Amino acid sequence: MPDRQITLDDLRRILVEGAGTPEGVDLGGDIIDVEFAALGYDSIAILETAARITQEYKIPLDDDAAATARTPREFLALVNDG
Amino acid sequence: MSAVVTGIGVTSPNGLGTEAYWAATCRGESGIGEVRRFDASRYPARLAGEVPGFVPEEHVPSRLLPQTDHMTRLALTAADWALADAGFAPGDVPAYAAGVVTASSAGGFEFGQRELRNLWSKGGRYVSAYQSFAWFYAVNTGQTSIRHGLKGPSGVVVSDGAGGLDAIAQARRQLRNGSRLILSGGVDGSICPWGWVAQMAGGGLSTGADPATAYLPFDARAAGYVPGEGGAILVVEEAESARARGARHVYGEIAGYAATFDPQQGTGREPGLRRAIELALKDAGAAPDEVDVVFADAAGIPELDGVEAGAIRAVFGPGGVPVTAPKTMTGRLYAGAGSLDVAAALLAIRDGRIPPTVNVVPEPAYGLDLVVGGPREAAVRTALVVARGHGGFNSALVVRAAA
Repeated sequence: MPDRQITLDDLRRILVEGAGTPEGVDLGGDIIDVEFAALGYDSIAILETAARITQEYKIPLDDDAAATARTPREFLALVNDG
Repeated sequence: MSAVVTGIGVTSPNGLGTEAYWAATCRGESGIGEVRRFDASRYPARLAGEVPGFVPEEHVPSRLLPQTDHMTRLALTAADWALADAGFAPGDVPAYAAGVVTASSAGGFEFGQRELRNLWSKGGRYVSAYQSFAWFYAVNTGQTSIRHGLKGPSGVVVSDGAGGLDAIAQARRQLRNGSRLILSGGVDGSICPWGWVAQMAGGGLSTGADPATAYLPFDARAAGYVPGEGGAILVVEEAESARARGARHVYGEIAGYAATFDPQQGTGREPGLRRAIELALKDAGAAPDEVDVVFADAAGIPELDGVEAGAIRAVFGPGGVPVTAPKTMTGRLYAGAGSLDVAAALLAIRDGRIPPTVNVVPEPAYGLDLVVGGPREAAVRTALVVARGHGGFNSALVVRAAA
Protein backbone atom coordinates (compact mmCIF):
# COMPACT_ATOMS: atom_id res chain seq x y z
CA MET A 1 0.00 0.00 0.00
CA PRO A 2 1.18 3.55 -0.71
CA ASP A 3 2.22 5.72 2.20
CA ARG A 4 -0.51 8.23 1.61
CA GLN A 5 -3.42 9.15 -0.61
CA ILE A 6 -2.73 10.98 -3.85
CA THR A 7 -4.52 14.34 -3.76
CA LEU A 8 -5.99 16.50 -6.49
CA ASP A 9 -3.04 18.86 -6.06
CA ASP A 10 -0.63 15.96 -6.60
CA LEU A 11 -2.53 15.09 -9.77
CA ARG A 12 -2.44 18.69 -10.97
CA ARG A 13 1.33 18.81 -10.52
CA ILE A 14 1.94 15.50 -12.26
CA LEU A 15 -0.33 16.39 -15.18
CA VAL A 16 1.59 19.61 -15.73
CA GLU A 17 5.00 17.96 -15.35
CA GLY A 18 4.16 15.15 -17.72
CA ALA A 19 1.85 16.75 -20.23
CA GLY A 20 2.14 20.52 -19.88
CA THR A 21 -0.42 23.20 -19.11
CA PRO A 22 -3.42 23.50 -21.45
CA GLU A 23 -4.31 26.92 -22.81
CA GLY A 24 -7.53 28.56 -21.69
CA VAL A 25 -8.15 26.25 -18.73
CA ASP A 26 -7.87 27.08 -15.03
CA LEU A 27 -6.32 23.92 -13.63
CA GLY A 28 -6.38 25.48 -10.15
CA GLY A 29 -10.15 25.75 -10.26
CA ASP A 30 -12.82 23.23 -9.35
CA ILE A 31 -11.84 20.53 -11.82
CA ILE A 32 -12.52 17.37 -9.82
CA ASP A 33 -15.48 16.40 -12.02
CA VAL A 34 -14.36 18.03 -15.28
CA GLU A 35 -13.54 15.53 -18.00
CA PHE A 36 -9.86 15.34 -18.95
CA ALA A 37 -10.79 16.00 -22.58
CA ALA A 38 -12.40 19.29 -21.57
CA LEU A 39 -9.26 20.15 -19.60
CA GLY A 40 -7.19 19.67 -22.76
CA TYR A 41 -5.66 16.31 -21.84
CA ASP A 42 -5.96 13.40 -24.25
CA SER A 43 -5.55 9.69 -23.60
CA ILE A 44 -1.76 9.78 -24.03
CA ALA A 45 -1.52 12.52 -21.42
CA ILE A 46 -3.39 10.22 -19.01
CA LEU A 47 -1.11 7.29 -19.84
CA GLU A 48 1.92 9.48 -19.18
CA THR A 49 0.40 10.65 -15.90
CA ALA A 50 -0.29 7.06 -14.83
CA ALA A 51 3.31 6.08 -15.60
CA ARG A 52 4.63 8.99 -13.56
CA ILE A 53 2.45 8.11 -10.59
CA THR A 54 3.74 4.56 -10.73
CA GLN A 55 7.32 5.83 -10.76
CA GLU A 56 6.94 8.43 -8.06
CA TYR A 57 4.59 6.71 -5.59
CA LYS A 58 5.32 3.07 -6.45
CA ILE A 59 1.62 2.50 -7.10
CA PRO A 60 1.14 -0.08 -9.81
CA LEU A 61 -1.45 1.24 -12.25
CA ASP A 62 -2.77 -0.66 -15.21
CA ASP A 63 -2.61 1.35 -18.45
CA ASP A 64 -5.94 0.05 -19.70
CA ALA A 65 -7.67 0.85 -16.42
CA ALA A 66 -6.09 4.31 -16.28
CA ALA A 67 -7.38 5.02 -19.77
CA THR A 68 -10.96 4.47 -18.60
CA ALA A 69 -10.81 7.30 -16.05
CA ARG A 70 -12.62 10.27 -17.56
CA THR A 71 -12.26 12.81 -14.73
CA PRO A 72 -9.78 13.61 -11.94
CA ARG A 73 -12.24 12.10 -9.43
CA GLU A 74 -12.37 8.80 -11.33
CA PHE A 75 -8.61 8.80 -11.79
CA LEU A 76 -7.89 9.44 -8.10
CA ALA A 77 -10.34 6.73 -7.10
CA LEU A 78 -8.46 4.30 -9.30
CA VAL A 79 -5.11 5.32 -7.82
CA ASN A 80 -6.15 5.47 -4.18
CA ASP A 81 -8.73 2.71 -3.96
CA GLY A 82 -7.36 0.33 -6.58
CA MET B 1 -3.38 24.15 -62.21
CA SER B 2 -0.54 26.18 -60.84
CA ALA B 3 1.10 25.67 -57.42
CA VAL B 4 2.26 28.91 -55.86
CA VAL B 5 4.06 29.72 -52.61
CA THR B 6 2.16 32.26 -50.51
CA GLY B 7 3.89 31.94 -47.14
CA ILE B 8 7.39 31.21 -45.83
CA GLY B 9 8.56 30.31 -42.32
CA VAL B 10 12.28 29.87 -41.62
CA THR B 11 14.30 28.59 -38.67
CA SER B 12 17.91 28.62 -39.78
CA PRO B 13 21.32 28.50 -38.09
CA ASN B 14 22.04 31.98 -39.41
CA GLY B 15 18.66 33.48 -38.62
CA LEU B 16 15.48 32.78 -36.68
CA GLY B 17 12.65 33.99 -38.89
CA THR B 18 12.49 34.54 -42.62
CA GLU B 19 13.74 38.12 -42.77
CA ALA B 20 16.51 37.55 -40.19
CA TYR B 21 17.67 34.55 -42.23
CA TRP B 22 17.53 36.40 -45.53
CA ALA B 23 19.32 39.49 -44.26
CA ALA B 24 22.11 37.40 -42.72
CA THR B 25 22.35 35.26 -45.84
CA CYS B 26 22.72 38.23 -48.16
CA ARG B 27 25.37 39.68 -45.83
CA GLY B 28 27.25 36.40 -45.90
CA GLU B 29 26.86 35.73 -42.17
CA SER B 30 27.45 32.15 -41.16
CA GLY B 31 25.70 30.33 -38.32
CA ILE B 32 28.28 27.55 -38.13
CA GLY B 33 30.11 27.15 -34.84
CA GLU B 34 31.06 24.68 -32.15
CA VAL B 35 28.30 22.28 -31.15
CA ARG B 36 26.38 23.64 -28.16
CA ARG B 37 23.52 21.13 -27.83
CA PHE B 38 25.85 18.52 -26.34
CA ASP B 39 29.51 18.19 -25.44
CA ALA B 40 31.11 17.22 -28.74
CA SER B 41 34.67 18.03 -27.64
CA ARG B 42 35.76 14.40 -27.76
CA TYR B 43 34.15 13.61 -31.12
CA PRO B 44 36.06 13.84 -34.42
CA ALA B 45 33.48 16.30 -35.79
CA ARG B 46 32.78 19.27 -33.54
CA LEU B 47 31.07 21.95 -35.66
CA ALA B 48 27.41 22.39 -36.50
CA GLY B 49 24.90 24.96 -37.64
CA GLU B 50 22.54 25.45 -34.70
CA VAL B 51 19.52 27.77 -34.68
CA PRO B 52 20.38 30.72 -32.43
CA GLY B 53 18.20 32.24 -29.75
CA PHE B 54 15.38 29.72 -29.95
CA VAL B 55 13.49 29.61 -26.63
CA PRO B 56 10.87 26.87 -27.01
CA GLU B 57 8.53 28.33 -24.36
CA GLU B 58 8.22 31.49 -26.43
CA HIS B 59 7.01 29.66 -29.52
CA VAL B 60 5.42 26.34 -28.56
CA PRO B 61 2.37 25.83 -26.29
CA SER B 62 3.05 24.22 -22.91
CA ARG B 63 0.97 21.15 -23.75
CA LEU B 64 3.26 20.39 -26.70
CA LEU B 65 6.59 20.82 -24.90
CA PRO B 66 6.69 17.41 -23.13
CA GLN B 67 5.79 15.63 -26.36
CA THR B 68 8.12 17.26 -28.90
CA ASP B 69 11.70 16.85 -30.03
CA HIS B 70 13.73 20.01 -30.60
CA MET B 71 13.36 19.75 -34.38
CA THR B 72 9.57 19.43 -34.06
CA ARG B 73 9.47 22.62 -32.00
CA LEU B 74 11.45 24.36 -34.73
CA ALA B 75 9.06 22.94 -37.34
CA LEU B 76 5.94 24.03 -35.45
CA THR B 77 7.40 27.52 -35.17
CA ALA B 78 8.26 27.69 -38.87
CA ALA B 79 4.76 26.43 -39.72
CA ASP B 80 3.13 29.09 -37.54
CA TRP B 81 5.16 31.78 -39.25
CA ALA B 82 4.47 30.43 -42.74
CA LEU B 83 0.71 30.45 -42.18
CA ALA B 84 0.84 33.93 -40.63
CA ASP B 85 2.92 35.16 -43.57
CA ALA B 86 0.29 33.74 -45.92
CA GLY B 87 -2.44 35.54 -43.98
CA PHE B 88 -4.16 32.18 -43.64
CA ALA B 89 -6.93 31.81 -41.11
CA PRO B 90 -8.69 28.55 -40.22
CA GLY B 91 -11.77 28.31 -42.37
CA ASP B 92 -10.24 30.10 -45.35
CA VAL B 93 -10.41 26.75 -47.13
CA PRO B 94 -12.34 23.62 -46.09
CA ALA B 95 -10.37 21.61 -43.50
CA TYR B 96 -10.20 18.57 -45.76
CA ALA B 97 -8.81 20.63 -48.65
CA ALA B 98 -5.74 21.66 -46.65
CA GLY B 99 -3.00 19.21 -45.67
CA VAL B 100 0.58 18.92 -44.51
CA VAL B 101 3.46 17.17 -46.30
CA THR B 102 6.88 17.44 -44.73
CA ALA B 103 10.23 15.72 -45.14
CA SER B 104 12.36 14.15 -42.44
CA SER B 105 15.68 12.31 -42.45
CA ALA B 106 15.75 10.82 -38.96
CA GLY B 107 12.72 11.86 -36.93
CA GLY B 108 13.11 13.09 -33.35
CA PHE B 109 16.51 11.62 -32.58
CA GLU B 110 17.33 13.64 -29.47
CA PHE B 111 13.98 12.78 -27.87
CA GLY B 112 14.46 9.15 -28.87
CA GLN B 113 17.94 9.00 -27.40
CA ARG B 114 16.67 10.25 -24.04
CA GLU B 115 13.86 7.71 -23.94
CA LEU B 116 16.08 4.82 -25.02
CA ARG B 117 18.43 5.79 -22.19
CA ASN B 118 15.46 5.67 -19.81
CA LEU B 119 14.49 2.26 -21.17
CA TRP B 120 17.91 0.67 -20.72
CA SER B 121 18.93 2.37 -17.49
CA LYS B 122 15.60 2.38 -15.59
CA GLY B 123 13.09 0.20 -17.42
CA GLY B 124 10.13 0.38 -19.73
CA ARG B 125 7.85 2.14 -17.26
CA TYR B 126 10.18 5.14 -17.37
CA VAL B 127 9.84 5.67 -21.11
CA SER B 128 7.65 8.66 -21.94
CA ALA B 129 4.26 7.77 -23.40
CA TYR B 130 5.07 10.42 -26.00
CA GLN B 131 7.96 8.37 -27.35
CA SER B 132 5.18 6.50 -29.18
CA PHE B 133 5.23 9.27 -31.78
CA ALA B 134 7.77 11.96 -30.83
CA TRP B 135 10.64 10.10 -32.54
CA PHE B 136 8.66 9.33 -35.67
CA TYR B 137 9.48 10.64 -39.17
CA ALA B 138 5.93 11.88 -39.70
CA VAL B 139 5.72 13.70 -36.36
CA ASN B 140 6.20 17.21 -37.76
CA THR B 141 3.40 16.61 -40.24
CA GLY B 142 1.10 15.21 -37.56
CA GLN B 143 1.72 17.89 -34.95
CA THR B 144 1.32 20.67 -37.52
CA SER B 145 -1.85 19.13 -38.91
CA ILE B 146 -3.40 18.86 -35.44
CA ARG B 147 -2.30 22.32 -34.33
CA HIS B 148 -3.84 24.08 -37.34
CA GLY B 149 -6.74 21.78 -38.12
CA LEU B 150 -5.38 20.87 -41.55
CA LYS B 151 -7.15 17.57 -42.18
CA GLY B 152 -6.54 17.10 -45.90
CA PRO B 153 -4.06 14.76 -47.61
CA SER B 154 -0.92 14.61 -45.53
CA GLY B 155 2.25 12.57 -45.28
CA VAL B 156 5.99 12.50 -44.86
CA VAL B 157 8.75 11.98 -47.41
CA VAL B 158 11.92 10.27 -46.25
CA SER B 159 14.67 10.65 -48.85
CA ASP B 160 17.46 12.14 -46.75
CA GLY B 161 18.71 15.46 -48.10
CA ALA B 162 16.51 15.35 -51.20
CA GLY B 163 13.38 15.28 -49.03
CA GLY B 164 12.93 19.04 -48.73
CA LEU B 165 12.29 19.21 -52.47
CA ASP B 166 10.42 15.92 -52.71
CA ALA B 167 7.91 17.10 -50.09
CA ILE B 168 7.16 20.26 -52.05
CA ALA B 169 6.67 18.14 -55.17
CA GLN B 170 4.26 15.92 -53.25
CA ALA B 171 2.40 19.06 -52.16
CA ARG B 172 2.02 20.02 -55.82
CA ARG B 173 0.67 16.54 -56.60
CA GLN B 174 -1.92 16.90 -53.86
CA LEU B 175 -3.01 20.25 -55.29
CA ARG B 176 -3.40 18.55 -58.67
CA ASN B 177 -5.54 15.93 -56.94
CA GLY B 178 -7.89 18.63 -55.72
CA SER B 179 -6.45 19.97 -52.48
CA ARG B 180 -6.25 23.74 -52.22
CA LEU B 181 -3.46 24.32 -49.72
CA ILE B 182 -0.59 22.15 -48.52
CA LEU B 183 1.85 23.20 -45.83
CA SER B 184 5.13 21.72 -46.98
CA GLY B 185 8.91 21.64 -46.74
CA GLY B 186 11.26 20.30 -44.13
CA VAL B 187 12.69 21.25 -40.75
CA ASP B 188 15.20 18.71 -39.57
CA GLY B 189 18.05 18.16 -37.14
CA SER B 190 19.57 15.51 -34.94
CA ILE B 191 22.42 17.25 -33.16
CA CYS B 192 22.72 14.84 -30.24
CA PRO B 193 25.25 12.07 -29.53
CA TRP B 194 23.14 9.34 -31.10
CA GLY B 195 22.42 11.41 -34.21
CA TRP B 196 26.02 12.52 -34.36
CA VAL B 197 27.53 9.03 -34.50
CA ALA B 198 24.92 8.01 -37.06
CA GLN B 199 25.98 10.92 -39.24
CA MET B 200 29.66 10.13 -38.69
CA ALA B 201 29.00 6.63 -39.96
CA GLY B 202 27.94 8.18 -43.27
CA GLY B 203 31.55 9.19 -43.74
CA GLY B 204 30.91 12.73 -44.97
CA LEU B 205 31.23 14.85 -41.84
CA SER B 206 33.98 17.43 -41.80
CA THR B 207 36.48 17.10 -38.97
CA GLY B 208 37.66 20.65 -39.46
CA ALA B 209 37.80 22.79 -36.33
CA ASP B 210 37.62 26.20 -38.02
CA PRO B 211 34.09 27.32 -39.01
CA ALA B 212 35.60 29.32 -41.87
CA THR B 213 37.19 26.32 -43.57
CA ALA B 214 35.29 23.24 -42.40
CA TYR B 215 32.72 23.15 -45.22
CA LEU B 216 34.05 24.24 -48.60
CA PRO B 217 32.00 22.83 -51.50
CA PHE B 218 33.48 23.30 -55.00
CA ASP B 219 36.80 24.28 -53.41
CA ALA B 220 40.02 22.30 -53.89
CA ARG B 221 40.21 22.05 -50.07
CA ALA B 222 36.76 20.40 -49.74
CA ALA B 223 36.88 17.66 -47.08
CA GLY B 224 33.34 17.01 -45.93
CA TYR B 225 30.37 18.97 -44.69
CA VAL B 226 29.13 20.49 -41.46
CA PRO B 227 25.64 19.33 -40.40
CA GLY B 228 22.99 21.72 -39.23
CA GLU B 229 19.44 21.99 -37.95
CA GLY B 230 16.40 23.91 -39.12
CA GLY B 231 14.84 24.49 -42.50
CA ALA B 232 11.78 26.11 -44.02
CA ILE B 233 8.05 25.47 -44.14
CA LEU B 234 6.17 26.84 -47.13
CA VAL B 235 2.49 27.43 -47.78
CA VAL B 236 1.89 25.94 -51.21
CA GLU B 237 -1.48 26.81 -52.71
CA GLU B 238 -3.43 26.30 -55.87
CA ALA B 239 -3.09 29.69 -57.57
CA GLU B 240 -6.78 30.33 -58.20
CA SER B 241 -7.67 29.34 -54.65
CA ALA B 242 -4.97 31.62 -53.25
CA ARG B 243 -6.36 34.52 -55.27
CA ALA B 244 -9.92 33.74 -54.23
CA ARG B 245 -9.10 33.87 -50.52
CA GLY B 246 -7.09 37.04 -50.97
CA ALA B 247 -3.57 35.76 -50.31
CA ARG B 248 -1.35 38.65 -49.22
CA HIS B 249 1.44 37.84 -51.65
CA VAL B 250 2.67 35.24 -54.10
CA TYR B 251 6.40 34.56 -53.87
CA GLY B 252 6.48 32.43 -56.98
CA GLU B 253 5.38 29.27 -58.67
CA ILE B 254 6.57 25.70 -58.21
CA ALA B 255 7.10 25.38 -61.95
CA GLY B 256 8.93 22.09 -62.41
CA TYR B 257 10.33 19.11 -60.59
CA ALA B 258 11.97 15.76 -61.19
CA ALA B 259 13.65 13.09 -59.10
CA THR B 260 16.04 10.36 -60.19
CA PHE B 261 17.97 7.63 -58.46
CA ASP B 262 21.64 6.88 -58.99
CA PRO B 263 22.64 3.62 -60.64
CA GLN B 264 24.31 1.00 -58.50
CA GLN B 265 27.88 1.97 -57.70
CA GLY B 266 30.55 0.29 -59.79
CA THR B 267 28.42 -0.06 -62.90
CA GLY B 268 30.14 2.91 -64.52
CA ARG B 269 26.78 4.39 -65.49
CA GLU B 270 26.29 8.14 -65.21
CA PRO B 271 24.86 9.41 -61.89
CA GLY B 272 21.23 10.55 -62.09
CA LEU B 273 21.65 14.23 -61.26
CA ARG B 274 21.97 15.59 -64.82
CA ARG B 275 18.81 13.78 -65.82
CA ALA B 276 16.95 15.14 -62.79
CA ILE B 277 17.90 18.69 -63.74
CA GLU B 278 16.93 18.19 -67.40
CA LEU B 279 13.61 16.58 -66.51
CA ALA B 280 12.77 19.34 -64.01
CA LEU B 281 13.47 22.01 -66.64
CA LYS B 282 11.35 20.10 -69.13
CA ASP B 283 8.55 19.82 -66.59
CA ALA B 284 8.74 23.60 -66.10
CA GLY B 285 8.83 24.23 -69.86
CA ALA B 286 12.03 26.18 -69.28
CA ALA B 287 15.09 26.17 -71.51
CA PRO B 288 18.48 26.17 -69.72
CA ASP B 289 19.16 29.75 -70.80
CA GLU B 290 16.02 30.89 -68.98
CA VAL B 291 17.47 29.84 -65.63
CA ASP B 292 18.91 32.82 -63.74
CA VAL B 293 20.52 30.99 -60.83
CA VAL B 294 21.19 27.48 -59.52
CA PHE B 295 21.07 26.75 -55.77
CA ALA B 296 23.49 23.85 -55.59
CA ASP B 297 23.33 20.78 -53.37
CA ALA B 298 27.00 21.52 -52.56
CA ALA B 299 27.98 18.28 -50.83
CA GLY B 300 31.46 19.45 -49.87
CA ILE B 301 32.79 16.01 -50.76
CA PRO B 302 35.13 16.15 -53.80
CA GLU B 303 33.59 13.24 -55.68
CA LEU B 304 30.03 14.51 -55.20
CA ASP B 305 31.02 18.12 -55.97
CA GLY B 306 32.52 16.81 -59.20
CA VAL B 307 29.32 15.00 -60.14
CA GLU B 308 27.20 18.09 -59.46
CA ALA B 309 29.54 20.47 -61.28
CA GLY B 310 29.60 18.06 -64.21
CA ALA B 311 25.80 17.92 -64.36
CA ILE B 312 25.49 21.72 -64.20
CA ARG B 313 28.14 22.13 -66.93
CA ALA B 314 26.45 19.53 -69.10
CA VAL B 315 23.10 21.32 -68.93
CA PHE B 316 24.14 24.98 -68.87
CA GLY B 317 27.66 24.96 -70.35
CA PRO B 318 30.85 25.95 -68.51
CA GLY B 319 30.20 29.09 -66.45
CA GLY B 320 26.80 29.27 -68.13
CA VAL B 321 24.70 30.13 -65.09
CA PRO B 322 25.33 31.71 -61.68
CA VAL B 323 25.59 29.01 -59.01
CA THR B 324 25.35 29.58 -55.29
CA ALA B 325 25.33 27.59 -52.04
CA PRO B 326 24.03 29.66 -49.13
CA LYS B 327 24.15 26.45 -47.11
CA THR B 328 27.84 27.27 -46.63
CA MET B 329 26.38 29.56 -43.93
CA THR B 330 24.10 27.01 -42.29
CA GLY B 331 25.67 23.61 -42.81
CA ARG B 332 23.71 20.85 -44.47
CA LEU B 333 20.24 20.64 -42.94
CA TYR B 334 19.34 17.19 -44.31
CA ALA B 335 15.59 17.23 -45.07
CA GLY B 336 15.52 20.94 -44.21
CA ALA B 337 18.06 21.90 -46.86
CA GLY B 338 15.98 21.73 -50.03
CA SER B 339 13.06 23.74 -48.72
CA LEU B 340 15.33 26.39 -47.18
CA ASP B 341 17.02 26.77 -50.57
CA VAL B 342 13.59 27.08 -52.21
CA ALA B 343 12.80 29.85 -49.72
CA ALA B 344 16.11 31.54 -50.61
CA ALA B 345 15.36 31.19 -54.33
CA LEU B 346 11.93 32.81 -53.89
CA LEU B 347 13.46 35.66 -51.88
CA ALA B 348 16.13 36.08 -54.57
CA ILE B 349 13.28 36.48 -57.08
CA ARG B 350 11.57 39.00 -54.80
CA ASP B 351 14.64 41.15 -54.18
CA GLY B 352 16.66 40.65 -57.37
CA ARG B 353 19.61 39.50 -55.31
CA ILE B 354 21.54 36.22 -55.39
CA PRO B 355 22.98 35.36 -51.96
CA PRO B 356 26.65 34.42 -51.85
CA THR B 357 28.56 31.23 -51.21
CA VAL B 358 30.89 32.02 -48.32
CA ASN B 359 34.47 30.95 -47.53
CA VAL B 360 34.89 29.09 -50.83
CA VAL B 361 37.67 29.66 -53.33
CA PRO B 362 36.16 28.10 -56.47
CA GLU B 363 38.16 25.25 -57.98
CA PRO B 364 38.55 26.34 -61.62
CA ALA B 365 38.34 22.78 -62.95
CA TYR B 366 34.67 22.63 -61.93
CA GLY B 367 33.83 25.33 -64.48
CA LEU B 368 31.17 26.99 -62.33
CA ASP B 369 30.26 30.67 -62.09
CA LEU B 370 30.07 30.49 -58.30
CA VAL B 371 28.67 33.59 -56.59
CA VAL B 372 31.38 34.43 -54.07
CA GLY B 373 32.63 37.55 -52.31
CA GLY B 374 29.16 39.00 -51.67
CA PRO B 375 25.63 38.93 -53.05
CA ARG B 376 25.09 39.52 -56.73
CA GLU B 377 22.39 41.92 -57.88
CA ALA B 378 20.52 40.29 -60.76
CA ALA B 379 16.99 40.08 -62.06
CA VAL B 380 15.93 36.59 -61.06
CA ARG B 381 12.83 35.19 -62.70
CA THR B 382 13.60 31.46 -62.79
CA ALA B 383 15.71 29.51 -60.29
CA LEU B 384 16.75 25.88 -60.11
CA VAL B 385 17.23 24.18 -56.73
CA VAL B 386 19.20 20.93 -56.49
CA ALA B 387 19.21 18.54 -53.54
CA ARG B 388 20.63 15.09 -53.04
CA GLY B 389 20.25 12.44 -50.38
CA HIS B 390 22.54 9.70 -49.11
CA GLY B 391 22.16 6.50 -51.05
CA GLY B 392 21.42 7.94 -54.48
CA PHE B 393 18.51 10.40 -54.23
CA ASN B 394 18.63 13.29 -56.74
CA SER B 395 15.96 15.97 -56.91
CA ALA B 396 15.68 19.19 -58.87
CA LEU B 397 12.97 21.81 -58.55
CA VAL B 398 12.30 24.93 -60.61
CA VAL B 399 10.69 28.02 -59.10
CA ARG B 400 9.52 30.90 -61.25
CA ALA B 401 8.28 34.42 -60.60
CA ALA B 402 4.49 34.54 -60.46
CA ALA B 403 2.89 35.36 -63.79
